[in-house]
Amino acid sequence: MAQIVGGITTSHIPAIGNAITNGLQEEPYWKPFFDGFPPVHEWLDKVQPDVAVIIYNDHGLNFFLDKMPTFAIGAAAEYPNADEGWGLKTLPPFPGDPDLSWEIIESLVADGFDMTTCQEMKVDHGFSVPMSLLWGHKGKIPVRAIPVEINTVQYPLPTPARCYHLGKALGKAIEASSSDARVVVVGTGGLSHQLDGERAGFINKKFDLMCMDKIVNEPEALIDYSVHDIVENAGAQGAEFVLWLAMRGALSEKVKKVHSNYHIPISNTASGLLVLENAA
Amino acid sequence: MSAAATGIAPIPGTTFFDGAQSQKGYQLNKMCYSFNDAECREAFLADEDAYCDKFDLTPQQRDAIKARNVLQLIEAGGNIYYLAKFAGIFGLDVQDVGAQQTGMSVDDFKAMLVAAGDD
Repeated sequence: MAQIVGGITTSHIPAIGNAITNGLQEEPYWKPFFDGFPPVHEWLDKVQPDVAVIIYNDHGLNFFLDKMPTFAIGAAAEYPNADEGWGLKTLPPFPGDPDLSWEIIESLVADGFDMTTCQEMKVDHGFSVPMSLLWGHKGKIPVRAIPVEINTVQYPLPTPARCYHLGKALGKAIEASSSDARVVVVGTGGLSHQLDGERAGFINKKFDLMCMDKIVNEPEALIDYSVHDIVENAGAQGAEFVLWLAMRGALSEKVKKVHSNYHIPISNTASGLLVLENAA
Repeated sequence: MSAAATGIAPIPGTTFFDGAQSQKGYQLNKMCYSFNDAECREAFLADEDAYCDKFDLTPQQRDAIKARNVLQLIEAGGNIYYLAKFAGIFGLDVQDVGAQQTGMSVDDFKAMLVAAGDD
């Protein structure tokens, strides 16, 4: 029976990957963002996960509009990163855990979440930037990863409630598996930001801070928002908050907030960072 | 999820990339998706018209590509994630793209983002 040690939320924007590649962590622009991470690294050193389930959205690397799954999950021995077109350094492949993937798939589908299963899956910055932020300093990534991908490209997007309940089923699947792994669940993306249209540059600090507060102890207060409500309050790409809700769903009802950080701006976004530990 | 179809109030300056937009922009987005490959980016730069021919773009989409105009590209069905790959060919990042869409200078756009932290 695998154990979920806790969850992390982090931004995944490409500019972070470039900042890491170029060693800009101490620059005044980047320092308030990267200063959020040493406590996360200390926590990871303490809880020692073997597996990371990374909940992210593909931005046009693995999936195109010809076939666009609402929910997809990796079932591969490794996940390659690749050129996304705008100059982010390509990282080495990330090791997977196909046996645990298939146990999770069996359980999710039995629970009514009909996942698209991927035995070949390229992972983009939505996945690779969090991996770099959490484990890049280790040299070799010390965890096996399982990508869970949620469509935030083409409407209709799944509802916040549906994503939260996917997370609940995911947590149940992990804990019921025969694996003895220690698992951390990572929700990526957000917080408020908008890249497209005349409203580009929209950021809403008040709404973000409310979400970061409620998701700890009252996540169900957030799941009745529609995607439209979230876009209105957090910008078009603020819809990535559904990825955070999926992470939260996978954790226990009561969690302990270990660490948080919030900073505006990195690139076009407000960045939110949380570490939540599962209640024993 | 057009406002007319759903009765939901539109959000000014925001286009929901729904089924209608996705059908309208399919070929444009397919071309931009191809720019994940360096060879395709080079082929576009070597002969832009010939490359657009391969993807059978509409006149509206061709004009928007020629104009390097993001709002026109969205109007023609472009999705921002694929359009970002087009912008990347010219070394433009999301602040450049944001500045263009809002009619601001890049410095003013960046200052607006910083100011959002003061609220």
